[in-house]
Amino acid sequence: MTQVLATPAELVPSSAPARRTARRKELLRWIAVHSLGVAAALFFVLPFVFVLLTSLMSDSQALSRDLIPGTWEWGNYRKVFDTPGFLTWWRNTLIYAGLGTALTVVSSVPVAYALAKFRFPGRNLALMLVISMMMLPPQVVVIPMYLFWAKQLGLSGTLWPLIIPMAFGDAFSIFLLRQFLMTIPNEYVDAARVDGCGELRTLVRVVLPMAKPGIAAVALFQFFNAWNDYFGPQIYASENPGAWTLSYGLESFKGAHHTDWNLTMAATVLVMAPVILVFFFAQKAFVEGVTLTGVKG
Amino acid sequence: MGTLTLAAKRRRSALRTLAFLSPWLIGFAVFFAYPLISTVYFSFMHYDGFRPPIWSGGKNWTYVFTHYPLFWPALRNTLWLVVVMVTLRVAFGLGIGMLITKIKTGTGVFRTLFYLPYLAPPVAATMAFAFLLNPGTGPVNSLLEKAGIPAPGWFDDPDWSKPALTLLALWGIGDLMVIFMAALLDVPREQYEAAELDGASAWQRFRYVTLPNISPIVMFAVVTGVIQAMQCYTEPLVAGKVASGVIQGAGAQFEPGYPDKSTLTLPQLVYNLGFQRFDYGSACVVALVLFALSMAFTALLMRRRGGLIQAGD
Repeated sequence: MTQVLATPAELVPSSAPARRTARRKELLRWIAVHSLGVAAALFFVLPFVFVLLTSLMSDSQALSRDLIPGTWEWGNYRKVFDTPGFLTWWRNTLIYAGLGTALTVVSSVPVAYALAKFRFPGRNLALMLVISMMMLPPQVVVIPMYLFWAKQLGLSGTLWPLIIPMAFGDAFSIFLLRQFLMTIPNEYVDAARVDGCGELRTLVRVVLPMAKPGIAAVALFQFFNAWNDYFGPQIYASENPGAWTLSYGLESFKGAHHTDWNLTMAATVLVMAPVILVFFFAQKAFVEGVTLTGVKG
Repeated sequence: MGTLTLAAKRRRSALRTLAFLSPWLIGFAVFFAYPLISTVYFSFMHYDGFRPPIWSGGKNWTYVFTHYPLFWPALRNTLWLVVVMVTLRVAFGLGIGMLITKIKTGTGVFRTLFYLPYLAPPVAATMAFAFLLNPGTGPVNSLLEKAGIPAPGWFDDPDWSKPALTLLALWGIGDLMVIFMAALLDVPREQYEAAELDGASAWQRFRYVTLPNISPIVMFAVVTGVIQAMQCYTEPLVAGKVASGVIQGAGAQFEPGYPDKSTLTLPQLVYNLGFQRFDYGSACVVALVLFALSMAFTALLMRRRGGLIQAGD
């Protein structure tokens, strides 16, 4: 990853003054590149910093143009936790994200395995349908789905309409896992088959251990998707604040606290923080996943 | 085993394939095929969710295209986002990707910092930007005014709300950065060395070595960017709600698009028609327009020769 597109060594002139100019040019380039890097870093980091600083301001100061808190009000975070519903939203989000992720992985792995390693008529068609489902925004089918969950099954006001479908494979996860499984050489699978392993045993004993990074990436993406989902809870849970998730409930802070940007920003930090913490623990798997989706299969 | 005939073996292997695919086959039927057909059906029905649906012919379609006041503004906004936001995102993503491949000291730290905003949950990121860019006390406008630059109204000004959304989208460039970074590191180094020996300038090396090598990834970024721009939902909706000061809760009616329809996108219309106006039929018409546009661009992604996502082996 740290490989650099620098001047190849054989091009560096051999005479001493020429080498000095080359080295100076190299240094100037280093300075230019890293100044740009710092400028870009400021652009990416300053929004976090301002949000964090404002979340620690007093009520009156949050309404001013100050950038730095006069007194550091750590109690703001306590107030956020004391807001009615906040802990419930936290619990709901964990259920939605946790259960949803587990169901997605269990249901998507066999499908991805079949698409990557079985030969059968219609395989390309199936893959194209998976990609189409992946690109389909949830709003396209939401009217019949809402009527199905709410009117026929009476499940509106809960998160079940969002969790149950994950037991039936998630298109994005299937696609990403399939991309990953394609990178596992067929010889491993064939060897297991020759040794008399059934397909299920081949999958569990041979393929899954090798597919751990892919599964980790899928699990992370799915967890983040559920954590970030706004439209789903808006459709199915909005009528019942007891079923709201953090992403959906967060917005109500601005309403409940009117212009109290400090508490709203403290709540914002609390919604962002877990995702970023999870990322730090699983950075490699995540970045690998992002790359895989953009790489040819 | 010897007693198994070829036909029996085939049957067994077909059953096995079906078993492995079964979760998705059920999901495809129940959560994709059925609702899609149902959406087409409802688009020709007058249905408010209370009285039984009645056949209404093409009435929903003419209503959406000629009388529904939000449809054309939403389509115009989408076009704006496709042209401006997608172009800027691809250019910026490529720029940041190139920058990160050139940074030699602290690469890991820079990469993480550049990537972090992509992880911010959309609602939280939008709330943060609604605060940062709020015209009254927001830090951005405070700094701009200190520098003597006229400060725009951002999410409160119809002319500036889409640029503000674009800024938010540029902040979350991490996904493109990683994809471009991987592509740039895959460019064969010998080609740069050869170009350098031929005395190619930095621009010429970019134009004739880098760009041809990464053009499939650029195409991928453009097409997925267009799809994302069409499907943009959470950010414009939340930005509009927060900026307009609508209090969320049961029964809160927020006409999407604040300020002055400038942040409307097609997915918001499905919500507006279906869940605020209880006109399920017309909501399905918009849903089908969204479907057609999404699938047209997805087909571009899967084109065999383009090779963006290849279905074959």
